[in-house]
Amino acid sequence: MYIKDLVVDLRKQFGDDCILAEEDSGFTPSVTINPNLILQISAYISGNPNFYYDFLNFISGVDYGIGENKLMVVYHLTSLYYQRQLSIKCVLPRPDLPELPEIDSVAAVWRAADWLEREVYDMYGIRFKNHPDFRRILLPEDWEGYPLRKDYKTAEFYHGIKIDYEEKS
Amino acid sequence: MSEKPEIMLPGAEINEIPIESLIERAENARKRLSDLKTKEMVLNIGPQHPSTHGVLRLEVITDGEVVLEVIPHLGYLHRCFEKHTEALPYPQIIPYTDRMDYLASMNNNLAFVMGIEKMMGIEEKIPKRVHYIRVLVSELNRIASHMIALGTYGLDIGAVTPFLWCFRDREHIMTMLEWVSGSRMLYNYIWVGGLFFDLPVGFEEKAKEFIDYFRPKMIELNRLITDNIIFVKRTANVGVLPLHVAVNYGCSGPVLRGSGLKWDLRKVDGYAVYPELDFDIPVGKGEMGTKGDCWDRFKVRVEEVEESLKIMEQCVEVLLKKYPRTPDFDPRALCPAKVRPPKGEIYSRAENPRGETGFYFITDGKTDIPFRCKARGASFSNLSVLPEISRGVLIADLIAIIGSIDIVLGEVDR
Repeated sequence: MYIKDLVVDLRKQFGDDCILAEEDSGFTPSVTINPNLILQISAYISGNPNFYYDFLNFISGVDYGIGENKLMVVYHLTSLYYQRQLSIKCVLPRPDLPELPEIDSVAAVWRAADWLEREVYDMYGIRFKNHPDFRRILLPEDWEGYPLRKDYKTAEFYHGIKIDYEEKS
Repeated sequence: MSEKPEIMLPGAEINEIPIESLIERAENARKRLSDLKTKEMVLNIGPQHPSTHGVLRLEVITDGEVVLEVIPHLGYLHRCFEKHTEALPYPQIIPYTDRMDYLASMNNNLAFVMGIEKMMGIEEKIPKRVHYIRVLVSELNRIASHMIALGTYGLDIGAVTPFLWCFRDREHIMTMLEWVSGSRMLYNYIWVGGLFFDLPVGFEEKAKEFIDYFRPKMIELNRLITDNIIFVKRTANVGVLPLHVAVNYGCSGPVLRGSGLKWDLRKVDGYAVYPELDFDIPVGKGEMGTKGDCWDRFKVRVEEVEESLKIMEQCVEVLLKKYPRTPDFDPRALCPAKVRPPKGEIYSRAENPRGETGFYFITDGKTDIPFRCKARGASFSNLSVLPEISRGVLIADLIAIIGSIDIVLGEVDR
């Protein structure tokens, strides 16, 4: 399928180790890339007339918990011209808080990434370097912790208000 | 000055002042005026303001009447949808999707359910009748949602009548959907593998009746607002969104189509039975002003209502003739007792009234709850373009732009 051309082309452009894994058997073809190259690869595939991934559907963070000790960022792209989809995955280390893993922001390539990356930071605590306006988006500025991490513990108080929350199981 | 009036009016003694001092005074005044400093001012719109369509807060930096910068603040309606999904079995998440885009719950249900069905491989086995019912209720819901978009847009810019007319017609749809699902707004009707119930007896006929009733109403509405010269003056050439900006910001739905791109997931992905139905994709043409202005987005919604009526008509026809109601038809026959998709991941998306709504699942294959469920809200991406297109507009136009984007905060904040 079309992912083969992409992989060959990317390997030619950015060296053999830019792509760590590829997957074509699922519902959406996906490539796992070297997180350091995300900005260059994004700029390349969004502008190249052979691929033209010009539409960023969403960016999602994934937390694999303390056991696996990794975080993942998934960029889901659509090419409006070729009507194809692709998801790009970047696996990041999962250092203990308050240290945050870092990855380059792609807001310069797709402006949609501006808010989407802020949401990922808000929920997963992944820092996006060179982001134009980097702060929380859905939660209050002074919120502590990153709620969608698997080991997140609800705070007992927020501004002196007791958070009445029963932990399930 | 031949003769003075007999009664001296207050201020009439001005004639007594020598002309030199008057000139001096005027010069002073002019000097003071040129030395005046205009000051930038921060204006907070919302979160409790009807024109922000919910709890959206806009921090607007203004210079007089001109908007210099808009900074949206979200999150007032954040209900932790994604966190909740990581603790609930799939069928129990469906009511939560209702509450995302609460004006188009059916469409949300459909987008959510399609992904799980695809993963479990039961998509092909679902009876055609179920598919047609799903499309029928989704399109009904799309009309209801667009009615709110059109009506409240009129309200935003000062026309009260269309709002009342739209809500009157939406009420009929609400009643019909209540008849189907038992609830007016949050349906939980489309289930994994089927439906909650079959359509109630006589629903198809009622739907037909509604189409006949509704068509003339749209003509009336067009006369009242769409082609109204006051409305056109307020919205044409306002908030122009060029196509490349719309794509770059991830806009979808009527916002993207208003900028002139024929991109509709019902055609592109061809999910459910949409490939079997005949309908057009309306796009903005810039009839009244520039392509991609507020009027174009409004017009696209108006034309989409017509297309939805067309789809409904065909669905009703098929449901009556080709796949009629039979006593032994069970819409829940294929609903799995235990929804446990195999390990994998999928992004399922559908065309909502507001644009592309999608759910991204990661499953581990061992439990009944998703490992990760990311919801893409169409309004979220659509709203992110607001600061870009509202730089340098008047405050009154800013309200017109927010209305034309048609956001639902339930979906923005999730």
